[in-house]
Amino acid sequence: MHVIDTQELVKSYGPVKALKGLNLQIPKGCLYGLLGPNGAGKTTTLRILCTLLAPDSGKVLIAGINALQDPRSVRKEIGYVAQEVAIDKILSGRELLQLQADLYHLNNLEKEDRINKLIARLQMSEWIDRRCGTYSGGMKRKLDLAAGLIHKPKVLILDEPTVGLDIESRSSIWQLIKELRDQGTTILISSHYLEEIEFLSDRMAIIDDGRVIAEGSPEHLKQELGGDRVTLKVREFSSQDESEKVKQLVQSVEGVRQVVVNKSQGYSLNLVIEKEEVLNRLRNKVLEAEYQVFTLTQSRPSLDDVYLQATGRTLMDAELAVSTQRDLKKESKQSMR
Amino acid sequence: MLKKHKNLSPPLTLLVEVMTNSTIKMMKINSIANLNQETLALTKRLFLQLIRRPSTLFAGILQPLIWLILFGALFSNAPEGLLPGGMNYGTFLGAGVIVFTAFSGALNAGLPVMFDREFGFLNRLLVAPLESRNSIIFSSIIYITSISILQSLAIMFTASFLGYGWPGIGGLFVVVITLLILVFAVTALSLGLAFALPGHIELIAVIFVVNLPLLFASTALAPISFMPSWLGWLAAVNPLTFAIEPIRAAYSGPLNLANVLIQAPYGDLNGYGCLSVLIGLTIGLFILISPLLNRKLS
Ligand SMILES: Nc1ncnc2c1ncn2[C@@H]1O[C@H](COP(=O)(O)OP(=O)(O)OP(=O)(O)O)[C@@H](O)[C@H]1O
Ligand SMILES: [Mg+2]
Repeated sequence: MHVIDTQELVKSYGPVKALKGLNLQIPKGCLYGLLGPNGAGKTTTLRILCTLLAPDSGKVLIAGINALQDPRSVRKEIGYVAQEVAIDKILSGRELLQLQADLYHLNNLEKEDRINKLIARLQMSEWIDRRCGTYSGGMKRKLDLAAGLIHKPKVLILDEPTVGLDIESRSSIWQLIKELRDQGTTILISSHYLEEIEFLSDRMAIIDDGRVIAEGSPEHLKQELGGDRVTLKVREFSSQDESEKVKQLVQSVEGVRQVVVNKSQGYSLNLVIEKEEVLNRLRNKVLEAEYQVFTLTQSRPSLDDVYLQATGRTLMDAELAVSTQRDLKKESKQSMR
Repeated sequence: MLKKHKNLSPPLTLLVEVMTNSTIKMMKINSIANLNQETLALTKRLFLQLIRRPSTLFAGILQPLIWLILFGALFSNAPEGLLPGGMNYGTFLGAGVIVFTAFSGALNAGLPVMFDREFGFLNRLLVAPLESRNSIIFSSIIYITSISILQSLAIMFTASFLGYGWPGIGGLFVVVITLLILVFAVTALSLGLAFALPGHIELIAVIFVVNLPLLFASTALAPISFMPSWLGWLAAVNPLTFAIEPIRAAYSGPLNLANVLIQAPYGDLNGYGCLSVLIGLTIGLFILISPLLNRKLS
């Protein structure tokens, strides 16, 4: 049975269509990664799952409970750590955890026990009694995470939990996440870091423009692409025209598949070859047509290739494209309740 | 409940019934305990904020004291017998300042909620399985009410220290009841605004615009008989006036709420009338605003 099950989620913010029919099925005990560029709809999805937001249409089942009909039962099962850290500067970390415990109706014994365990596990004892206003970004994230874990949720939803963190804090959070998975928690984590999703997740979905465009285990997704990746450049910076011409050319070589022009790397060509020998054939064909071979590199498929293959652009391109269009202030205003 | 167990023997059915009833009872007790727990926790947070940032509390006490001392002194040599009932101006003003303090305190009730909306803290409360989201409202009301009562008592002590008198026990009772009704009404209004307005700038603007005009267009500083008729009209429909006059009456000797307290252009109103108007206003505001709060909170 799936612990998280969404069907055809649709959500618009005025004219902006954030989700266009999103389906996610997450098995019990799975550490599931949601990979997508800025603005793909990750936060919107997670907010719907934790009952902060109602979709325009679609179905949401969490642990078999219909989240739209019985949101309160769903809230008991879920721990949610938002993308923006929401803590009260005036309270100490411990006071925030106590408040959180009361909001989840823990009794006094459970409360003390849970808080002390979390403080020990996340190594917060040195600063937990200081006011939150004095915390560093990493401390705030840890505290926020601890708050989300206070009631031992069956389902943990983390929205970009390591964004902006130093390597050390990041890896300690990664470790905790894996530990929780090993103890049986179902975890859904969003990120736009490939390596994070690749390192952590058992299964993953790539979402882009409000839809799931690829789904499976990271290994499986990479294998599905098959063959080795090759990057070809005929000069350091080609024009788009030239690259399109070379693309025509190499597409005719036997054993070459899926040729894509990669804008973000000076219009280099990314392609897949079926066998080792194809590489030589490719080189000869290019040289015959009186082009030079500036670079020709070969590598095993990476998640980035999966992304490129699925969307026709690299993750970085996608990020750049949206970052210029979004009005973040306006969004945060509108997402106020 | 019973239908499900149709095929059980009668004693068993009875047993099942007793058991389900007692679980329902236990669930009820449980949900009251939950409501208590979450409301207390939220209230505690507000008080912690206050204790660690006491400047607003002090300003809230200091400002009315300055009013009382400066304004009280301003007219201290005015000819005797000018004010209704031959009251001295300090005593007259005291009631106005008490009401005004409670009023502006309650008007600010929405601010913490607005900041919680803006900083995303409200989302933390909304994803939690609260027994009822009304506990967010309850905590604000408990907090603001206690502060207002505290501030008013501070002013009353100072006023009596300045020789402006002290209401008797019965009077004190009327003072507290009147203030409570007023504070409920204004808190409801302010919380409603906190969810209806887009941000704290707008909320502060509204507070700023509403505050002083309501004071001047009331009987806080002068009786209606001193005013031109247009202002008299305004003062006679101003909710602050309905709170000020019973309190003023409580200060002016033996209290009788049946006495005429407001000689309004539209007719005379006694103490019971004043309080009824206030209660009506409070109920009306709650009815008006609760759909808004429910919509925003669910
Ligand atoms: N409150 C809002 N009002 C208007 N548009 C919004 C709002 N929230 C999100 N959007 C838009 O919906 C789309 C999806 O946004 P969402 O926040 O879900 O993306 P995301 O994948 O979480 O991005 P990021 O990686 O930047 O957090 C974007 O186009 C965004 O501009
Ligand atoms: Mg996001």
